[in-house]
Amino acid sequence: MSQRVRLNPIACEAHGMCAELLPERITLDEWGYPLIDDEPLPHALVSHAKRAAAACPTFALLIEREREGK
Amino acid sequence: MSSLPRLLAGIPARGALDLDGHLRTHGDLPHERRHRRRESPLIELIEHAGLRGHGGAGFPTARKLRAVGASRRRPIVVVNAAEGEPASLKDKTLCQLAPHLVLDGAQLVAEALGADEVIVCVCETAPDSAESVALAINERGSSQGHVAARLSSVPSGYISGQESALVNHLSGGPALPKFTPPMPFEQGVKRRPTLINNAETLAHVALIARHGSAWFRELGTASQPGSALVTLGGPVAHAGVYEIEHGSSLSSLLDAAGGVDGQPRAALLGGYAGAWIDGTLLRGVALADEHLAVHGGSLGAGVVALLSEDACAVAETARIARWLSDQGAGQCGPCVNGLGALASTIEEIAAGEAQGNTGRRIERLTSLTRRRGACGHPDGAVRFILSSLQTFSEDFADHARHGRCDACERPAELPLPLGVGAGASRRRAVPA
Repeated sequence: MSQRVRLNPIACEAHGMCAELLPERITLDEWGYPLIDDEPLPHALVSHAKRAAAACPTFALLIEREREGK
Repeated sequence: MSSLPRLLAGIPARGALDLDGHLRTHGDLPHERRHRRRESPLIELIEHAGLRGHGGAGFPTARKLRAVGASRRRPIVVVNAAEGEPASLKDKTLCQLAPHLVLDGAQLVAEALGADEVIVCVCETAPDSAESVALAINERGSSQGHVAARLSSVPSGYISGQESALVNHLSGGPALPKFTPPMPFEQGVKRRPTLINNAETLAHVALIARHGSAWFRELGTASQPGSALVTLGGPVAHAGVYEIEHGSSLSSLLDAAGGVDGQPRAALLGGYAGAWIDGTLLRGVALADEHLAVHGGSLGAGVVALLSEDACAVAETARIARWLSDQGAGQCGPCVNGLGALASTIEEIAAGEAQGNTGRRIERLTSLTRRRGACGHPDGAVRFILSSLQTFSEDFADHARHGRCDACERPAELPLPLGVGAGASRRRAVPA
């Protein structure tokens, strides 16, 4: 089952940890908020993505299993 | 009764349609027996009628009902008459003049879904509408096995009527959007599956239940059947709320309103999340989404706002863009910063003070703003801004070169709530 990176934009406070830990999928905009590539994560990136999500001080980064019907 | 008016039938010259008048005009409400484990026939009837939501997004009503009905838990029905769009008055008007039609629709969908609670959300700035709904709830009593209905006053604000914001408000929080999913149909008020329907949508349900889907389709187009309430504003003899047939001409609406004063500069369709149509094209416009899509617009919640030939389109755009930025919940960084920077850029162009390549700057800012909020507010605001820049491109070029024009000094035309000030945003924009 494929997994994707997803952001809760309300929780995000632009700490920028995610872009440090998952530069393959996340860059920062000019205000410091993450720009996310939400293509399915290849197997090799899943553990990096999970580490980035765990490092987010506001728990704004989510690793989601693909929802049914999407 | 396949002609207009439908929703506005029988309204007395003064005051609202009371319960007696309502039943005389529309007939008794057909009650259906509860079918445990079987889908209510009402949902199929609504599907055949082709009814779509009148709150702006135009989502198929039957699909929404099925999504809520799919849950095992007992749902709650919310009537959305928050109508935060300043250019729209149709839900306030409908609730004020024909509250029983709205309550009938709520009653019917509540029965169809087995809901035990109906909450009618009316904006706090519309006390006449709230009072009319409260009187109507009282008038109906609980004698006919009605599902209990109550009124909730929603804080004013452009985004207060957004679905997750209503759930937030009705759950004791602020009327601000929430991160979804879970969607309201999965987990809404009291964590129960929640059906949120626009007030006008439910009024149509009340008529479809009485007269059937074939009757509903006698008006409108194949893909957008039925009628709609529209709020017409601007330089017409009689601005206000009208009921139109989907697909009818804008010209006939303008005639019904006593004609236009001069040649309008443009018409804004769908409100401040909508799109402009240039004044030279208005004659040929048909009021149905399949026609309006050509212009990048849709009927949305039924707003048709005309801009007079004397107005400065640039000044109007700048004023609305700033207001849209201020109306954000202040929750999502890209929306706060992006809409703020877009409003500033447009203000600079309007004043002839913009530096550098503003076209490229706006392109960058819009792509940084769109689809990055928890709700659709940044997307709608960007749509309005881009449509304004495109429709009034010559005016914007003039302002960029020469600064403010004579028409900038004229009183503003596009409606905003009275006493508008900057909203108290939770999050401050990052200084440039």
